[in-house]
Amino acid sequence: MTVPAIKIENIQKQFGSLQALAGIDLTVQQGEFFGLLGPNGAGKSTLINILAGLLRPTAGNAAIMGHDVVTDYQAARQALGVVPQELVFDPFFNVREMLRFQAGYFGRGKANDAWVDEIIESLGLTDKAHTNMRKLSGGMKRRALIAQALAHKPPVIVLDEPTAGVDVELRQLMWAFIRKLNKEGHTIILTTHYLEEAEELCSRVAMMKQGKIVALDTTANLLSKFAAKNLCITLKSGVLPESLRPLLKKVEGATFTLALTELNQVEFALSELRKAHAEIDDMQLIEADLEDVFLSLVGGA
Amino acid sequence: MSLINEQTRGVYTLFKKEVLRFWRVAFQTIASPVITALLYLLIFSHVLEGRVQVYDDVPYTAFLIPGLIMMSLLQNAFANSSSSLVQSKVMGNIIFVLLTPLTYLQFFLAFLAAAIVRGLIVGLSIYLVALFFIDLPLVHVAWVITFAILGSALLGTFGIIAGIWSDRFDQMAAFQNFVIMPLTFLSGVFYSIHSLPPIWQTISKFNPFFYMIDGFRYGFFGKGDISPWVSFFVVSTFLALLVLLSLKMLKSGYKLRG
Repeated sequence: MTVPAIKIENIQKQFGSLQALAGIDLTVQQGEFFGLLGPNGAGKSTLINILAGLLRPTAGNAAIMGHDVVTDYQAARQALGVVPQELVFDPFFNVREMLRFQAGYFGRGKANDAWVDEIIESLGLTDKAHTNMRKLSGGMKRRALIAQALAHKPPVIVLDEPTAGVDVELRQLMWAFIRKLNKEGHTIILTTHYLEEAEELCSRVAMMKQGKIVALDTTANLLSKFAAKNLCITLKSGVLPESLRPLLKKVEGATFTLALTELNQVEFALSELRKAHAEIDDMQLIEADLEDVFLSLVGGA
Repeated sequence: MSLINEQTRGVYTLFKKEVLRFWRVAFQTIASPVITALLYLLIFSHVLEGRVQVYDDVPYTAFLIPGLIMMSLLQNAFANSSSSLVQSKVMGNIIFVLLTPLTYLQFFLAFLAAAIVRGLIVGLSIYLVALFFIDLPLVHVAWVITFAILGSALLGTFGIIAGIWSDRFDQMAAFQNFVIMPLTFLSGVFYSIHSLPPIWQTISKFNPFFYMIDGFRYGFFGKGDISPWVSFFVVSTFLALLVLLSLKMLKSGYKLRG
């Protein structure tokens, strides 16, 4: 059994009277592409900052590649690359210099320069390698941030909301690159607001709410467990039979979206409509997405 | 065996980055304090030369130069560590250092060493330029070097403390304007404390800057207001206290790690 990439045991974090993390247990295996979802203030960033050593836990343990983030922090940080949420940069240096410094802090010398050049190229930063960080556009700064997290070639990479405010083209380039890293064996932990992104990329997902993990499963299981299908029906009468009300998720004019937990509920819905002599204008069966899971767990609105 | 290996490369890299940081803007960080010091030299020597005689055989302009060198050296050592820390805190890029395996001690050493380098470069530049204008004796080089290093280390450490404590630029500026400036100006840069009324002589002796400047000046002229050994002892003790305080702050993660 190999050591898990990340092992979190009963991590708690208290800020004064506010309990930001109320006992988190989580294990991420090496090679996983893991998603950490949750609304603002759920504690995702707090958890990541504890892993990164930027915050100290009030209680509990966390380890990266078997190295405790408090007692063995040097080895833990060697194994971890963090892409911070904010677009932070050092205004004095250009991209290549920053990356070499960053690798240098981790003890990496000349031998690492080839890797730095490889990251620069993969992230489309070649033209900007000698440009001062200050003069980069927002998108380019975002790429440079990712590059900085990778400069010491960490086996575990955490991306904290990396696509906030990033255009479609860059998002795709970024994901292609991160996917490639994942294929090469890097463990990826991603926090995001974009649920479709997590759905597309992550093999496993944890959902957080008010400092707790409220769901933890493979993306496929979560999807099938919480909302298998959405049945979208448009009725001529515009009136949904009373018996179908409990399934109702959304109304848009005469179009009703019913959340089905099992496929055989389609039959039930149809028979109820027939009983009520409701005439169907249109009908669609839609696969549920993580948003449905998210809403049903984290609680609407 | 090379001095730079896996273990030392981290701290060396941070030191190198901190030195390059001020070197890139050398016009502001080195040329500008040198010009300021020369303006002081020009004006004060013009006004006071021949009117003020501190030591019998030392012209006032010569007396003034070590004071000005030390003053600029101290201010710039402080400015280097404090402004670098405050800026990277305000900009947020301090995170890049905090995410690394660097220990708090390595963090301290890199910032301190860069502050010393900046202080010494500024001090040496003023010295070299001043040599064009006046013959300056150099009686005890060892004392000059000792106090230059102790002084820049002391203010570099103080800059680290101020930089960690300050969350904004104006807080750091307050340190500069309400602590560093008064202490330097009241330390005997421009005068010997023997020329002061007794009460101010006593007060001056509680100012650590007085000892740095007096000890430094002793190195040039072989005479001072007090023994260089007393100055050495006072400055070293003060340095040790500040080092302990800043290490305590860094170790606890005060204002850097929550």
